Amino acid sequence: MPSFVNPEKCDGCKGGEKTACMYICPNDLMVLNPDEMRAYNQEPDQCWECYSCVKICPQGAIEVRHYADIAPMGGYCQPMMGTDSIMWTIKFRNGNMKRFKFPIRTTPEGSIKPYDGKPSPGADALSNGALFTEENSGRVTSTPADYD
Amino acid sequence: MALRNKPTWELLAEPDLSKVPVEEYEYDALLVGGGMACCGAAFEIGKWMPEGSKVCLCDKAALERSGAVAQGLSAINTYIGENTPSDYVRMVRNDLMGVVREDLIFDLGRHVDDSVHHFEEWGLPIWKKEGGNQAPLSEGGTPVRTGKWQIMIHGESYKRIVAEAAKAALEEMGYDLHERIFIVKLLLDANKENTIAGAVGFSARENKVCVYKAKAILVACGGAVNIFRPRSTDEGKGRAWYPVWNAGSTYTMCMQVGAEMTMMENRFTPSRFKDGYGPVGAWFLLFKATVVNGSGEHYVKSDAAKAELAKYKPYSDAAVTPTCLRNHLMLFEMKEGRGPIFMDTAAALNAFLDEKRASGMDEKALKKYWKELESEAWEDFLDMSVGQAGLWASMNIEPEKVGSEIMPTEPYMLGSHSGCCGIWVSGPDEDWVPDDYKWGYNRMTTVNGLFTAGDGVGASGHKFSSGAHSEGRIAAKAMAKYVVDNADFTPTLSQSAEELKAEIYKPVVTYYEHYQKTTDEMVNPNYIKPRHMMERLMKYTDEYGGGWSPYYMTNGHLLDIAMKQLQWLREDAEKMAASGLHELIRAWENLHRIWTVEDHLRHIQFREESRYPGFYYRGDFMQVDDKDFDEGGWKCFVNSQYDPKTGEWKCMKKKCHKIISD
Repeated sequence: MPSFVNPEKCDGCKGGEKTACMYICPNDLMVLNPDEMRAYNQEPDQCWECYSCVKICPQGAIEVRHYADIAPMGGYCQPMMGTDSIMWTIKFRNGNMKRFKFPIRTTPEGSIKPYDGKPSPGADALSNGALFTEENSGRVTSTPADYD
Repeated sequence: MALRNKPTWELLAEPDLSKVPVEEYEYDALLVGGGMACCGAAFEIGKWMPEGSKVCLCDKAALERSGAVAQGLSAINTYIGENTPSDYVRMVRNDLMGVVREDLIFDLGRHVDDSVHHFEEWGLPIWKKEGGNQAPLSEGGTPVRTGKWQIMIHGESYKRIVAEAAKAALEEMGYDLHERIFIVKLLLDANKENTIAGAVGFSARENKVCVYKAKAILVACGGAVNIFRPRSTDEGKGRAWYPVWNAGSTYTMCMQVGAEMTMMENRFTPSRFKDGYGPVGAWFLLFKATVVNGSGEHYVKSDAAKAELAKYKPYSDAAVTPTCLRNHLMLFEMKEGRGPIFMDTAAALNAFLDEKRASGMDEKALKKYWKELESEAWEDFLDMSVGQAGLWASMNIEPEKVGSEIMPTEPYMLGSHSGCCGIWVSGPDEDWVPDDYKWGYNRMTTVNGLFTAGDGVGASGHKFSSGAHSEGRIAAKAMAKYVVDNADFTPTLSQSAEELKAEIYKPVVTYYEHYQKTTDEMVNPNYIKPRHMMERLMKYTDEYGGGWSPYYMTNGHLLDIAMKQLQWLREDAEKMAASGLHELIRAWENLHRIWTVEDHLRHIQFREESRYPGFYYRGDFMQVDDKDFDEGGWKCFVNSQYDPKTGEWKCMKKKCHKIISD
């Protein structure tokens, strides 16, 4: 089910600092053709259909066409990303439609401050078994004998 | 039409090496990989490294969506909660047929919940039980448990959240993040024996080679996929169950510098929804679905199945049958001609509705209840395996009306899911850990300064996403200690930057030397394309190494042929050709695949029994020989080691200690 790009919607992210799909694809598949200012999937049979490119595309120009060697034609799943949820439209081969909305995160994007309120342990704690956010007691320092 | 003997990639690789710059870096600690384990390490390491340390994370993709969790997940499969780390060890030990590192598993069980609590703090929505405590888990909230260890999440953005925290941590510490740099080779120190000194890789975006020196390196870049012939025949091979970009890099890179490997004979052959490889966990655990044969019989309850299972006591006696034995029963049913195997989704969903009806729920409330149930069923796929949802849509499958086929897939190699191949590492330096399990630094391999986590750590499966994150954190702290203890060590490389560049770019030079000697760049006797390399590898592993086509069966004779083929593959790999940067990635990935598979098959050859029925069988040794190490049996680890000086491989038995009582 490889991703494909609608040439009427794709603008090569010309207004952005990077081509979004090319930036995100975990398998280095999406690539920009600078002459046409359009992106494409350069190796469709290695596409994991993870939808990372579909979800990130600012123009909604990317969809997925189901793997030709597996799927009868006509069905599709198309997401719309929000800041705190994702909306899916599912179309069946027989034309039936379903829509689902799921939460994706409870905090605003970019708001994570991983070290706020989490003091650094001293260098003398380097030899004990606790991670920096853990107290050096309880389950953290337990041994199998504690549960016999 | 132009002749087809031209490079076709968008980003071309440069054959004139004088135009390919080498960037050289020196770090105290280098993190190789961008998945859950390295994100955990990135979060932890800054709090332990000495002031002024330099650290870098190299990811071959973009951290926001890299690794096995890139697409998302619908559950966290390891959350200890009200259970104990000892019970966690018992579960993992039985599922993996007795041969595991209990020290590593126990250690993980002590720490994993802290990572899960952080995921929730950072913004991951975790389902809470209706009527239970709705507070965060860290404040006593009640998760929706599907099994004893699993909790449900709204996990579409799981990786984005974890990556955001990792990035923010690196940034706050002033550490570096190098994205789209593919590290392909580790480098030993020129002076100090068996000690890591650096790594080399290249950019997927511009023609440049990057050479890193580092005192300590964490290699955690996933398992191995596309190593056996897939069940799909064309485009569908991208729809691997595990992420298709996992190319065995973790194992191969560590193996090549002499790290001792363990349980590389283990593989995971998941039974999943056929072709789309959608997850089955929620269907079994949350929706209580059963698996039936072609005649609609609940075959695991049959006398034939019970007799088959009885061959594998004591493992088959446990409350939860080990994953490989569940596969074994499915294969048994299929070979007896009673397929196809179906997940009875319709019966499961309708049972919920019938139960509500029986309890007096009116039709309007029932309709609302159904909407929620249906949404949960689809979210399971849409969060982590959209392709399966697409396949359902393409085949007009509504799970409340018809069941869906289940099928064991092609084999995968990994150490964090329900498999346990990987690298032999030190456990915690504590009294209860046997002496032969520890050598000073937790999760350090047998190479000084080289650490691993997640899929890299062998003999301790069932970590899953949360466990991989915590294991990265455990390793990161140990790395900091190693750096402090070795403050006066200065890494020295034995190869020059120019030599390394020539080695990395060899497939590019090969391509441009020969590509115009025929009229089609794909058919040229002077070189082999990475694509063809992978396809040959997958064909021979399948036929001789126990892939799906011979029902996962191999034997000593077949393995001898596999070894010969692998030898030829390794020789031919010297002639791999790449014209674009993307193809150069594929060339190196396939070299990593070949080495990983060779070690896998060497282990299978060495272990004269069939420890994981359902994952693979040695036709010449079909039994599980559960006699202990001391009695000449196979209830022990098989470890292997490649000697980088002599190029020789050796396999050996290692004692497996039982630390936790039954």
